[in-house]
Formats: sequence, structure tokens, C-alpha cells
Amino acid sequence: MFIQSIKMALKSIMSNKMRSFLTMLGVIIGVFSLVVLVSLVTGATGSITDSINELGTDQIDVDISDVRGVPISLEELRTDIASIESVKAVAPQTYGVGEVTSMTKSVRAVAIGTTPELAEIQGIKLEAGRFFMNPDLDNNTNVIVVSHELAVDVVGRSDCVGETVKLGGRSFTIIGVMEKQSNSMMMLMMGTPYRAYMPYTTLVRLIPGKDMSVWSFSVSAVDDLDQAEKDIQEYMIRRFPGDEEGYSIYNESQISDQMGKITGILSILLGGIAGISLLVGGIGIMNIMLVSVTERTREIGIRKAIGARPSVIMLQFLIEAIVLSVMGCLIGIGFSWLAMQLINMIGKVSFGLSPVVVIVAVLFSMGVGVVFGLYPAKKASAMKPIDALRFN
Amino acid sequence: MIVFKDICKTYIMGDEQVHALDHANIHIKQGEFVSIIGPSGSGKSTLMNIMGCLDTASSGEYYLDGMPIERYSEKALAKIRNKKIGFIFQSFNLISTMTAEENVELPLIYQGVRASERKARVKEALEMVDLYSRRGHTPNQMSGGQQQRVAIARAMAAKPSLFLADEPTGNLDSATGKQIMSIFKELNKQGNTIVLITHDDSVACQAQRSIRIMDGKVSDIAYDENGEQVAPMRGGTV
Ligand SMILES: Nc1ncnc2c1ncn2[C@@H]1O[C@H](COP(=O)(O)OP(=O)(O)O)[C@@H](O)[C@H]1O
Ligand SMILES: [Mg+2]
Repeated sequence: MFIQSIKMALKSIMSNKMRSFLTMLGVIIGVFSLVVLVSLVTGATGSITDSINELGTDQIDVDISDVRGVPISLEELRTDIASIESVKAVAPQTYGVGEVTSMTKSVRAVAIGTTPELAEIQGIKLEAGRFFMNPDLDNNTNVIVVSHELAVDVVGRSDCVGETVKLGGRSFTIIGVMEKQSNSMMMLMMGTPYRAYMPYTTLVRLIPGKDMSVWSFSVSAVDDLDQAEKDIQEYMIRRFPGDEEGYSIYNESQISDQMGKITGILSILLGGIAGISLLVGGIGIMNIMLVSVTERTREIGIRKAIGARPSVIMLQFLIEAIVLSVMGCLIGIGFSWLAMQLINMIGKVSFGLSPVVVIVAVLFSMGVGVVFGLYPAKKASAMKPIDALRFN
Repeated sequence: MIVFKDICKTYIMGDEQVHALDHANIHIKQGEFVSIIGPSGSGKSTLMNIMGCLDTASSGEYYLDGMPIERYSEKALAKIRNKKIGFIFQSFNLISTMTAEENVELPLIYQGVRASERKARVKEALEMVDLYSRRGHTPNQMSGGQQQRVAIARAMAAKPSLFLADEPTGNLDSATGKQIMSIFKELNKQGNTIVLITHDDSVACQAQRSIRIMDGKVSDIAYDENGEQVAPMRGGTV
């Protein structure tokens, strides 16, 4: 009987294609907006999280800004972390901003003074040349490793190892060029794609009085991130007793957690709005089903006369509403998929349909079909056979 | 098999009461071919609707094969209509979006008959009314006579014990009407009970027995073999 009811529902939907399509339109639009919006948010979240992960989730930054007494030295930290098992390496970071100029062009860039360990901690990849090494540090040589964008926009090409640029009135030799960043995360974090790494000894000389205030630690194993953070915390408490305000500890997963919360709220918000439009689609289905029940009163009478039980009539109309709704949902998902392909093509991204939202959309539209099909179906099944037969 | 005991049906139209059936007493036995004759508005359709369990009486008792019909729920009545009663209406009442085949199949679907058996029974019924070749046609692709034959096939396919026909030839020309009547006679010969409603004496006299209805009151007439009216057998009640 169930299969028969589905067949009858499909038949009746097919016998009036235009009206069925218009009826489904509400659900189609609702599902389309639900799936596309949520997929976009999840996709964007995914790529931002990827970017954060690319920076290294195994990285912990400690910002020592305001401690009383003498700030910590690199040698001291190096020896101290050797005894902390969960922490692998440490590198200082100190920042300055300045104009990087070639013969022809000039951009405003962030200069980062650090040690060779940072390349490993942050997983910096080079497309040409090398990162600076300890002798460069000891001799505070004027060498820099530049971002791809800086190389292209200042020198004019990315294979510019050996070229000279000016920064802060001094000449620097480019010894390495970083790979082009696939994402805009660095841009978000630093405010510019123009970056130049140099030995911290060189940077300190360039900007007298500059301290090394940010320390980046890498952990021994990604799973140990929490342990490492705890160990570093304990170390800092020991090193700067009673001075908890003077430093802050960050790790990248905190950033992604925060990000996840924001995008979660965004998903629910957008999903909610799209859900409301799906409900409106449901009301459209109810409206047409009511019209259909009235139009087909005589048919209902005939069916009852030849022996259709009320529950069978009910099932027939209920299934028709559900089929309308689910068909609309599937068409909506189809359109969403097309839209995502288009967005991917234009935006050069690779967002997929979020499987969760697809499942939610199907279940939700089934629910819409049941809820809004129930009343018309009940109305059809409750008709007295003789009244339905007499109807013209 | 059909027993009407003091069946009344009263319609209330505003202040006015219409006694469409007024203490009707009827007995119809298994295998009989009975016609119910009366002028328009006399209560024939009302009688058939109650007999067919499509409507309920205002008062009185109706026993179909011994079952007290007024005590059954709509669900149970649907089952009775499905299994025991085959309807043939004046206006055919086929479902216009379905083919002849699908229309005939519908009561079998409601009976829960398996697909393979349905197919066989639909074929048998459509062949009986000589319309198997038209099985793929929808009602609006067929003439009135053909539609009525599909309706008869639909009633037959369900293998009911009672055929109820409400002016089945009323919308047809006399030649087509004769064709329909011969199908009923054939059905009756096979042992089916047939109750045929008409306002046409020439149709009514083809039955073994007629019940006359006038302003909701019934009385019995019998015909001799020449179609001549003979005296009622037993007062007003049969
Ligand atoms: N649903 C109804 N509401 C009110 N009056 C009705 C209804 N059905 C039938 N009647 C009245 O009952 C009487 C008998 O009608 P009906 O059984 O249809 O007669 P017939 O079929 O013999 O022409 C008529 O007077 C008709 O007007
Ligand atoms: Mg009538």
C-alpha cells in the first residue's frame, strides 16, 4: 500500500508539472539558501582553520611585554627549555616596520628579527635560496629572506636571490624567497603580505633599544600542545614569580577555537534564516495541497466508494506533500551544488557541499512535508464518501 | 442478503424536512436481479447510497449479509464497500487521470491483491466488457458507453457479491444502453446479485422483479415473462 501511495503521489505530481514546480519553488529556494550559506561558512571556516594549521598548531607564542627586572635572554631560554621535554625549540621574534626599496620600487614591509629555528617552528617554505644560519646571526650580517609578494613587487620577480634592497638606510642581500602564500591568513595576521625575515641581531642594530618580546616555541609532538602550554606556563611562573600580568601565552588552537565559535554562530544564524524560508515553502505546499484536496474531492469520493479506507486516503495525500517537499529539497540541493561549482570557479576556492547540512535539509524538508501535509490529508480522509461523490 | 427494516432518510433543508426515504422495507435475496424504479426525486439514489454503505440512514436497520451496517465504523464500511459492493454510477465516476486499466485495478489495490493477480483480474474484467484493447486509454479518450463498461469492469474485478447500478444507462443512447443491460444480465446469469436503479420502465422490466419507489415510499411489482406488469406479491413490503 505504501509503495502504491508513493506511485500515486508521483503520478499526481507529474500530471501537473508546472504547478508542482511552483509549489516546490518555496522549498527549493529555502533549501538552496540553507545549503549554500551553511556550506560557504563551513568552507570558509575550513580554509581559515587550514591556514591557521599551516602556521603550525604545534606553535606556542609567549609575549613577554612588561616584566619587572631584566627580560629573559635567548641563551637562558635555550638552556632552560632543554629540560622541558614537551618543548622542542624556541625562537625570538621582534618586529619592525619600514620601507623596503629597490632601484625602482618601494613597499612598506614588516621586518621580523629572529633566529634560524623560526623557519622550522613556523614551517616556513622557500621557493628559492635559503634561510639565514647561525653565522649570519653571530656576524649580524645584512641578509634577508623576503616573502614572494615582496620579491615580486619590489624587485620585479621572485627568483631574485643575490639582489640587493635597501631597508632602514642599509643595504640587504636577499638570500631566500618564501613560497607564495596559498591563503590570506598571514595577510590577516600581519596586515601585509610584505614580510622580511632577518637575524634578530641585525634588526636590533637597525632599531636601537628594540627588545625581543615575542618568543615562539615549537612542541615535541602535536598531541602534547596542552602539556607544552602547561609546562611553559609553569616555567614562566617560576621565572617571573608574582608577575602573571607581564606575559601572555597563546597557542594557535586557541585562535582556531575562537574562529570555530564565531563561524558556528554564523552558521546557526544563516541556517536559521534559511530555515524560516523553508517553513514559508512548507506553507506554500499546504496551500496547494488544500487546493488539490478540494479539486480532487470527487476523486476522493470515488476512491472511498470503491473501498479506500480513510487512512489510505490520508497516506496518499500526506505522501504527496512529503514527495513534493523532498523533491523540492533535492532540486534545491542540485542547484546548491551548481552554485558551489560556480563559486569555486570564480573565487578559485574549493568549497564542497557540507554533508551535514545536506542531511539536515533533507530531514527538515521531510518534516515540513509531514507538518504541512497533515492538515490537508486529514481533511481529505475525513470527508464523508457520499458528500465527496456529490461534489462537483 | 439485503434487508431494509423501516429505513428512513430525512434531509433537513432550512426549516423544511425532506423525507427521501420513508419507512422503506426491502428484502433482496442472493442472486436476484432487482430493479428499483421511480420518477426523478423519488429517493432512488438515496436508497442506493444507503444500500451501498456510502451513506447512513436516519433511522431503521439495514442488514447486509446479516451485518448490522449502522453499527460499523467508516473504516469497516470502506472494507465492506471494497469487498462486497460493486458500484456503477450514472456519471461513470472513473478517475479521469487514470487509464482504463488503472481504474479497474484500483479496488484490487485497496483489497491488497498481489500485482501479478491484479494484472490477471484486470485483464479478465476488461475482456468481459470487450475493452482490453482500450486498456491504455483515459476516460476522456472513450465514449460514454465505453466508460460505463470500464466502470462495470472495475466493479467486476473486485468480485463483489452485490452490484449496485444507479441509472447506468441514463447518460447513454438506447443502443449502448442495451449493450450495458446485456452485460448485467450476463453477470446475473453468473450468480451475481444486481440492483439496478432506473426511471425507465423499459429498463426496469428487464429485471426479474421491480421495486417501485414514490416520494420515499417503496412498493413491489413483479413482471411476467412478456414484461407485463402483474400484481404486487405481498402488500407494500417484500
Ligand atoms: N444531500 C441532500 N440534501 C438535501 N436533500 C436531498 C439530498 N439528497 C437528496 N435530497 C432530496 O431527497 C429526495 C430524493 O432524492 P434522490 O434520492 O436523489 O432521488 P432520485 O435519485 O430518485 O432522483 C429529493 O427530493 C432530493 O431533493
Ligand atoms: Mg438519482
